[in-house]
Amino acid sequence: MAQTEQEILEGLANIVNEETGLDVGDVQMDKSFTDDLDIDSLSMMTIVVNAEEAFGVRIPDDEVKNLTTVGDAVRFIQNAQG
Amino acid sequence: MTAAPDVKVVVTGLGATTPLGGDVPSTWAAILAGTSGVRTLTYDWVETYALPVTIGAPVHTPADQVLSRVEIRRLDPNAQYAMIASREAWADAGAPEVEPERLGVVIGTGIGGVWTLIDQWENLREKGPRRIFPLAVPMLMPNSASGNVSLDLGARAGAHTIVSACASGAESMGFAADMIRSGRADVVVAGGAEGAMHPLCIGGFTAMQALSKRNDDPTRASRPYDTARDGFVMGEGAAVIVLESEAHAKARGARIYAEFAGLGMSADSHHIAAPEPEGAGASRAMVEAVSRAGLTPRDVVHINAHATSTPVGDVAEANAIRRAFGADADGMPVSATKSMTGHLLGAAGALEGVLTILAVHHRLAPATINLDNLDPEIDLDVIRGEVRTLPDGDIAALNNSFGFGGHNVAFAVKSI
Repeated sequence: MAQTEQEILEGLANIVNEETGLDVGDVQMDKSFTDDLDIDSLSMMTIVVNAEEAFGVRIPDDEVKNLTTVGDAVRFIQNAQG
Repeated sequence: MTAAPDVKVVVTGLGATTPLGGDVPSTWAAILAGTSGVRTLTYDWVETYALPVTIGAPVHTPADQVLSRVEIRRLDPNAQYAMIASREAWADAGAPEVEPERLGVVIGTGIGGVWTLIDQWENLREKGPRRIFPLAVPMLMPNSASGNVSLDLGARAGAHTIVSACASGAESMGFAADMIRSGRADVVVAGGAEGAMHPLCIGGFTAMQALSKRNDDPTRASRPYDTARDGFVMGEGAAVIVLESEAHAKARGARIYAEFAGLGMSADSHHIAAPEPEGAGASRAMVEAVSRAGLTPRDVVHINAHATSTPVGDVAEANAIRRAFGADADGMPVSATKSMTGHLLGAAGALEGVLTILAVHHRLAPATINLDNLDPEIDLDVIRGEVRTLPDGDIAALNNSFGFGGHNVAFAVKSI
């Protein structure tokens, strides 16, 4: 079942927090995973796999490099759920 | 005492997380009080796998009470313990100012990241390859601890991992001292870590008849030199020291615990797990450690023995001590601190190294607990009942560590 953008953002923020210890409040739509949140590629893969499980979607490896910002990921997940 | 090596190496910091305490002061206090760190294991898996051995010596202070949640997720227990002990040792040394290129790390382990290895294998089997944790390999590799400590401290002179089973921790300290003597580093953080309190390891050591089965009396199970000893008790944790060239330590006005004076090593080439019964290789390591330290046997006033509480091993080491020092061994009171800590495997030699350093520093040698009836085959002055005060003046002590594979490591510590 599709979730709202806000629901996905909150879920993703929790996953990022679990993996990196970053405050949930720091995970905002316009933040870049690498430049703003300092998330390395290994952490990104863990976040992706955990997000796949949490949101019931598949995020292909080729797609991960296109997910620059938190908003990119939220929108991808929302479309995939659609 | 005779000529010493050109570059003196001294100990300026101590750190540990052990079955007796979350740091060095609490561990040392428990050692002097004769406390046992052995207890009944309450993990679900003890029952799940119906393990025949249900006792062990887990760390006193769980790592998740010390490290951040993210560190716990990204480090195997082995590296978690190494990190805790290294940070304590570093702070204890006063966080020395040193060029990163002159700071080294040597952390040994016996088994490495066994929890991660098996957890991730389970993930692969149950959920498929995509669910393998991306940090699986850097967490399970045996050099994970030294790499992570190097990263944590910004140490760039070299990060090394010594793997020689239960001699790993002691050999790491020796390797570190050699790094300083050979001019590769001014300061080295060195020790051993083990986080192998896993059913596979308990099951494996049980299969080789190495562990005590005194399940109904855990605190009395580790009893080196006692006639009723029936094997070792598995422990976990880490111990780390900061080694420094004497010149570097003095220039910054550091507190010096003792001199790390001489290292001796040999290999038995006898059997993959059993000690050579006459102790020829072990005695060669001890003699070499004393001689390289510029000492004579009469300078050695204390030995922290490997003494794991196995029927064969304890006698083999006692024979080796006699073979090495003859009648002079009468003047070397022996402590078997595994009677309290259990056997920390790859961290054992490091923890006993710390205890040897503290014995010289405080001039107090720990007593061996659970020694009700001394095995008549043990012809040594084993300290029991109460701690022994060591003499004033220049003194030295020896730490022995041996490992499956036939590894023998001894090192001598001198008072300052």
